[in-house]
Amino acid sequence: MEGDIVEMGKFIGAGMACTGMGGAAVGVGHVVGNYIAGALRNPSAAAGQTATMFIGIAFAEALGIFSFLVALLLMFAV
Amino acid sequence: MADQATETAKAKPKSVLGLAIFALVALLFVVGLVTDSPLEGLQIHPMDQFIVTPLFGGEHINFYTPTNVTLWMALSVLGIIALLVLGTRGRAIVPSRIQSIAELMYGFVYKMVEDVAGKDGLKYFPYIMTLFVFILFANFLGLLPMAFTTTSHIAVTALMAMAVFITVTIIGVVKNGFTFLELFWIKAAPLALRPLLALIEVISYFVRPVSHSIRLAGNMMAGHAVIKVFAGFAGVMGIGAIAPVLAITAVYALEILVSFIQAYVFAILTCVYLKDALHPAH
Repeated sequence: MEGDIVEMGKFIGAGMACTGMGGAAVGVGHVVGNYIAGALRNPSAAAGQTATMFIGIAFAEALGIFSFLVALLLMFAV
Repeated sequence: MADQATETAKAKPKSVLGLAIFALVALLFVVGLVTDSPLEGLQIHPMDQFIVTPLFGGEHINFYTPTNVTLWMALSVLGIIALLVLGTRGRAIVPSRIQSIAELMYGFVYKMVEDVAGKDGLKYFPYIMTLFVFILFANFLGLLPMAFTTTSHIAVTALMAMAVFITVTIIGVVKNGFTFLELFWIKAAPLALRPLLALIEVISYFVRPVSHSIRLAGNMMAGHAVIKVFAGFAGVMGIGAIAPVLAITAVYALEILVSFIQAYVFAILTCVYLKDALHPAH
């Protein structure tokens, strides 16, 4: 039980920042789920849209990455 | 039908052998992670595997010092040369196994550039192929036991992402001149909304290298740290650690998938940015 209140604030803040990544998880799941729903309705069009799905995943993931970045900054830079 | 049944029966020992080899590699990975730790005892520090150390002793690191990062980068470049240069040396019409892997990889990236960036993006195909193959090899070599994952460092990925960002911006400005700014001025939106959208577009444009680099580094770092945390459980439990080893095997399989997907995503985002630079008008 050592350390100071700043250290504690850092850890709590980093942990709270990581909850933002849950939003990215919801977003990625939504993208892939809708892709699969569409692919099952029209399987012949699915192959051409795989790249689009990955781009959508990447953009949805980007916003979760920012909360990860905030956590990293709190842990190592502040 | 009978043919198929005999075939699956024949394939079974093979797949069991493959699974055994896979589990062995995962186990070696764990052993490597546990013994890699410079600290005595079974204290597990999941981030220790990312420490950059000079290869030939010493403490001070200059830009010319050979470190484990440079070693593994050189190894991935050597692997690429072995696959793409030496593998396609025969130029056989009926390709050998290595040659067909190289051809598959080339065709995969070529089709991706053509689909996403368009026909005029093919001029920049060598750059995207280089990025893809380098990241793929760095990710996969990082999965070997006792290896060092170079792409888990933000310094490495940020350099590649900044290179992509600067290249794409220069291409866009040189090709389109002033009309490049139409990328931020969305004509499809109502006029009253356009300034607000322009602000958002400018922010999202300049945030690109950040998300581009941290996506790759974060994914690689997080996966390896998870494996090492499970390795810590295995180290504490000792010889009867079946559950952690199974968990590590599963995470390791996931990591193989992630290694490929992150290289693919990095390359495909480069294609998307390139397409934006070549055709800025929405």
